[in-house]
Amino acid sequence: MKLSSILTSLAISAVSVLFLSAATISQADPLKVGFVYVGPIGDHGWSYEHNEGRLAVEKKFGGKVKTTYVEKVPEGADAQRVINKLASTGHNLIFTTSFGYMNPTLKVAKKHPKVHFEHATGFKRDKNVSTYSGRFYEGRHVAGLIAGKMTKSNVIGYVASFPIPEVIRGINAVSIAARSVNPEVKIKVVWVSTWFDPGKEADAAKTLIDQGADIIMQHTDSPAPVQVAEKRGVWALGQASDMTAFGPKAHLTAIIDNWAPYYISRTQAVLDGTWKSGDTWGGFKSGMVLMAPYNKAIPKEVVAMAEKARIGIIDGSVHAFTGPIKDQSGKIVIPAGKVASDGMLAGMNFYVQGVEGKIPQ
Amino acid sequence: MVFKLEPRAVSSRVMIYQSPIIAVFLTLLAGMVMFRLMGTDPLQALEAFFIEPISTMDGIAELLVKAAPLILIAIGLSIGFQANVWNIGAEGQLTIGALFGGSLALVFYELETPFLIPAMLLAGTFGGMVWAAIPALLKTRFNTNEILTSLMLTYVALLILSYLIHGPLRDPDGFNFPESRLFHNSALMPVLVEGTRLHIGILIALGVAIFAWLFIFKHMIGFQIRVVGLAPAAASFAGFKQKKLIWLALVISGGTAGLAGVIEVAGPIGQIVPVISPGYGFTAIIVAFLGRLHPIGVIFSGLLMALTYLGGDSAQITMNLPNAVTGVFQGMLLFFLLASDVLIRYRIKIR
Repeated sequence: MKLSSILTSLAISAVSVLFLSAATISQADPLKVGFVYVGPIGDHGWSYEHNEGRLAVEKKFGGKVKTTYVEKVPEGADAQRVINKLASTGHNLIFTTSFGYMNPTLKVAKKHPKVHFEHATGFKRDKNVSTYSGRFYEGRHVAGLIAGKMTKSNVIGYVASFPIPEVIRGINAVSIAARSVNPEVKIKVVWVSTWFDPGKEADAAKTLIDQGADIIMQHTDSPAPVQVAEKRGVWALGQASDMTAFGPKAHLTAIIDNWAPYYISRTQAVLDGTWKSGDTWGGFKSGMVLMAPYNKAIPKEVVAMAEKARIGIIDGSVHAFTGPIKDQSGKIVIPAGKVASDGMLAGMNFYVQGVEGKIPQ
Repeated sequence: MVFKLEPRAVSSRVMIYQSPIIAVFLTLLAGMVMFRLMGTDPLQALEAFFIEPISTMDGIAELLVKAAPLILIAIGLSIGFQANVWNIGAEGQLTIGALFGGSLALVFYELETPFLIPAMLLAGTFGGMVWAAIPALLKTRFNTNEILTSLMLTYVALLILSYLIHGPLRDPDGFNFPESRLFHNSALMPVLVEGTRLHIGILIALGVAIFAWLFIFKHMIGFQIRVVGLAPAAASFAGFKQKKLIWLALVISGGTAGLAGVIEVAGPIGQIVPVISPGYGFTAIIVAFLGRLHPIGVIFSGLLMALTYLGGDSAQITMNLPNAVTGVFQGMLLFFLLASDVLIRYRIKIR
């Protein structure tokens, strides 16, 4: 009798332990969040900042979240395989962080209706696919004001990646801002047809400096242009992350992509069960775009002007595309007193006045 | 005890086929050492790299999807390599093939006909042939080195793709983004297993492999190609037309690369994009040598090489290992293959 009662109690306790541990496991089962990067996380630009956002998510949620990333995923047939692999290995929230992942993300999302997808910089959405991007042109506005004041040769060199609206919008924002403080400014653009290729980016920067540019701006992801500017003694404006370390003298400031607040809020939404598909285009106001510390060499009044513009953008009194704005031919594209609509910004495919050359077709 | 390499009187036939196996074995061994040094469990890491990717139906499908272009290109290249014709520009031929075939899909958008896919495949093959014909012409006419011309034409091809995708082939509703519209269903490769991306491309690759085997080993021209490669002087004494063989070698390898290109855009990608191939044309060179320039060997080496890519994904996802692991594995594989190939002509003597 005694033995059997012991056995029974043992069995009961064993079952309850099993049951309890099972319950605690399922309760503590962390939300798996996947990230797909187009570059290496050490690019010190685009993918680096997305990875910083991932690390912020880990830090914020601790054991409640487990993150995974796959880096250097080519934007061809491979992207869909990697995204699908993340979706089918229990990742419930997946950030795909390059434009070329748009159609692959949508295809995988159809197969995994319960998984939440977030695609950066795209324009196609679905019930379980959101899109998000930064209003980097707001940062370009501030950078353009500084560049317009700092240039002596009145030539700004621009290392550009691909002639997509995002990049053209940035070039235009710089031209408009710089010419508002210095009407003599011209923008020279070199297209390198890559997001990340330090060699090509450096060559483009050298060419632009040889053509008289004394300010190098970039819409590519490596710090190579900043390094070239440092070596050649001209100014540079960093892209995506604070690139001061690569050109302490040359680096005026940088436009920082700050994905952490968005990634944290979307992760929270999945944890709370309140995630909804949508389109987020965040700027200074939501903190998705930040300015890096200003170089000490920038005169106080220029810093004050830059800060005034930044604060104006936050409170809505300043817009980077405020009319009258003329295109290269002199035709008014945004009338006086009006600002560009988001739709116009999203599909921008013309240069404004001050930009030299033609958009490659 | 001293190890010494001693030349063999006759190249070892056994070693020709054993050396890839030794290379794979040594790669695994060195990989385990590497994982141990990185502080991860070597067996678990190897499992994540080589077994986990193909443990599901989806995984196997992806393996075959990835292997199809590699096998196709490598078969074409190995025919050329056997004749000592060094086509390094398969990447460019692939790109032009994808453009020829893919453009057809865009021109005949929404045309419902079963003939569209075969027409696209033919157009792609033709495109690759055209691109490979340029080095062939330059070599037979001006005695230009085909290694240089074919390689340089790769960059020309990529620029043509870039031009077309930023201009005429761009999706009219795509906000100026550089990609074509998605192909219509009738221009997509038929899927073999529902719910996966496995399409008929792998069957085409296997068909081409069998055809290539018959061509090289059972046909007179295949025999001539091999003789030209092994003993050029003997070939000219025998009166083989060397120029014709150079043309053949380049055009065949260009054709298979072009076919691989159109299969990629009509298969897993489904549209023309600025980056069609993540370097298949170059990786296929490793595949060809790993497969001993033999069509059947190429099938196995293509599968193995595809597995290293899939393994790289899963090593990153399940083990948090860096992406560089993929490159390290591919590099080691080639390194150990070249090293073990010494044993074909030498033997190790211990005294």
